[in-house]
Amino acid sequence: MLVGILAAVFAALLPAGIASAEGESVRGTLQTSRSGPIAGIEVTVTDSSGDEVDSVETDDDGRFDIPLPDGAGQYTVSIDAESLPDGVTLGPQGAERTVTVDTGRQQPVNFGLQDGSSGGGGSTIRAVQLLVDGLRFGLIIAVCAVGLSLIFGTTGLTNFAHGELVTIGAIVAWYVNVQGGVPLIAATLIAMVVGAGVGALNELALWRPLRRRGTGLVAALVVSIGLSLLLRYAIQIVYGGFSNPYAEYQSQRAVDYGVFTLTNRALATIVIAVVVLVLVALMLQRTKIGKAMRAVSDNRDLAASSGIDVNRVILVVWMMGGALAALGGVLLGLSDQVQWDMGFRLLLLMFAGVTLGGLGTAYGALVGSVIIGVFVQMSTLVIPDDTKYVGGLLLLIVILVIRPQGILGSRARIG
Amino acid sequence: MSDLIDALLIGVKSGLGFQAIFFALLAIGINVHFGYTGLLNFGQIAFAMLGGFGIAISVSQWGLPFWVGVLVGIAAAVVLALLLGLPTLRLRADYLAIVTIATAEGLRLLFRSVSATPVTNGTRGLSAFNQSFIALAPWDTQTRYRILGTSWSGGELWVAVVGWVLVALSCLLVWALMRSPWGRVLKAIREDEDAVRALGKNVYNYKMQALVLGAVFGALGGMVYAVGTGSAIPDQYQNANTFLAYAALILGGAARVLGPVVGSIILLFILQFADTFLRALISNGVIPDALLSSTDVAQIRFVLVGIGLMLLLVFRPQGIFGDRREVMLDAR
Repeated sequence: MLVGILAAVFAALLPAGIASAEGESVRGTLQTSRSGPIAGIEVTVTDSSGDEVDSVETDDDGRFDIPLPDGAGQYTVSIDAESLPDGVTLGPQGAERTVTVDTGRQQPVNFGLQDGSSGGGGSTIRAVQLLVDGLRFGLIIAVCAVGLSLIFGTTGLTNFAHGELVTIGAIVAWYVNVQGGVPLIAATLIAMVVGAGVGALNELALWRPLRRRGTGLVAALVVSIGLSLLLRYAIQIVYGGFSNPYAEYQSQRAVDYGVFTLTNRALATIVIAVVVLVLVALMLQRTKIGKAMRAVSDNRDLAASSGIDVNRVILVVWMMGGALAALGGVLLGLSDQVQWDMGFRLLLLMFAGVTLGGLGTAYGALVGSVIIGVFVQMSTLVIPDDTKYVGGLLLLIVILVIRPQGILGSRARIG
Repeated sequence: MSDLIDALLIGVKSGLGFQAIFFALLAIGINVHFGYTGLLNFGQIAFAMLGGFGIAISVSQWGLPFWVGVLVGIAAAVVLALLLGLPTLRLRADYLAIVTIATAEGLRLLFRSVSATPVTNGTRGLSAFNQSFIALAPWDTQTRYRILGTSWSGGELWVAVVGWVLVALSCLLVWALMRSPWGRVLKAIREDEDAVRALGKNVYNYKMQALVLGAVFGALGGMVYAVGTGSAIPDQYQNANTFLAYAALILGGAARVLGPVVGSIILLFILQFADTFLRALISNGVIPDALLSSTDVAQIRFVLVGIGLMLLLVFRPQGIFGDRREVMLDAR
């Protein structure tokens, strides 16, 4: 089941990224999570009267793309089941698919190959698998949301443009990595520097002057929505509406850890996120600037009168938030590909996580985000995959009824 | 030159058409929430979606009469407003903001999901539910009419006339309510909640009533939109529309009866004019294709709205008609 969904997603997403040929075609990708992409499988297309249109072998990425010179109509696509690698079997629907291709459409075809890595193991195994996936997703949300929470804590601003910091990070890394040919790890570091720069620019060019003018918090909130719209659609104009993968680490096989499987890039995501979050926590706990951040969050006037340069602390918070959001964006792009509105879609889950943990507290953002990530993934045990975000947002509302200050928040904050 | 006149005329038509009515009704609702009561509702589009789908589902899925569909849409919006208000209205303003925006996005995802397809027809949406309404038009809906140099089909004209009547009635209602004692309490809540509480008013109840009233205006807007386009598709009800309505409201002036209406007309005119004129310039080769292609123009409008919203809030938060003292809101 999981594999089927995976293959379907790839069949739908990859062609959009390539967006090459005009006219009708059938296309798709043969792969499973354990075997990776399957190359060299013969794919044959016949038209409705049974005449063969074309026959090709899948390329190294497991893809096929067969143009249909006769245009729209009904076609049968079949694969050579004999030549599939060991362990990979056909799904319940067999080796043939009949599809109706509309005019001008590149019709995705999904064969739903199975490799026994999931579905057969019963629901406990699936639950463990989803728990691990959810942990990865929650850690990504946490990396992005720490900045959001700290910015709220130090300035009171509910920053609706924080999602765009995530998108900018992912897209800068994509340009540097794919167009510039720089290795992804270096590209990520560059993206984090750019992210810190964008954060600093946000503070210096917009929010500090607004604070000086005495702009109210509600007005500032609407300004951040304007900024979010402006950045999001400007990004779409520059980057386009496609979703694209990074150049490296894409065709990895899942490694079997007994009760769950994990690609190396997912494992690396978890490790990186945990290390970064621990470093952030240490910084907040031990360093002078970290203590200053918590002091400003707690009581800004008191911090200012104890000799803390509040504006400098806020600037550092913005830079840190920008860099972390950029890192989170790259980690998200690694698993879900890079898209122009990826940050905005994540923003609502970030808000859910931050609210769950307690608005304005850094550790609350960590705890809340991880819970939200795990909840969203685990909820697919009972609800369909395409409604899983709805579950996360529902959880947010339930939390506000039961404990509006969040897990780690204090009652006084919510007014 | 003829391009410019064409673009101006298309802009005028758009500023008077059903889309302007849609945004005007959304913005009237937001005005009740944000302008008068100080509630930050960023999910107005959810109420509009329930309104539009209320008609669409009732008529084309359940086979009910059109007017029953209108009631279903309004009832759905009222229920959603109560559900949203219940947990959030006791909390600080930005909690309502986060919950409403999350609900709007969640509902849209739910309506377009595979599991909702039997009811909402998923991403394709529903159509063919507005014939009985269009048939009420006192003129022939098939022929085209020319008004002020713009061309309207009979059906479009009928939707626009009914829609503007609806807007006028809504404005009248808001005007009457806001000069009543009830309206004065709302404005007092916006200025100082604690003071109103000290006077013995139940702030929570007043906020809830305002939320429900604004939600009904939003649902009416969604109905006009669904009837105007003749279809109800979940992805028409994107979150960005809420912010367009906010832009219209702030442009016209919040906490003014006619602010949202004038703002919507001007906003739609500017957006459509910029859209058409840019496309004409690109197809004439005045703007080189490398700089901006015609597929990018649809995004430009949102960039413009974003810039406009920021500049308005920073330099003229009261918009065209507003009073600066009334819009200096603070969340705490």
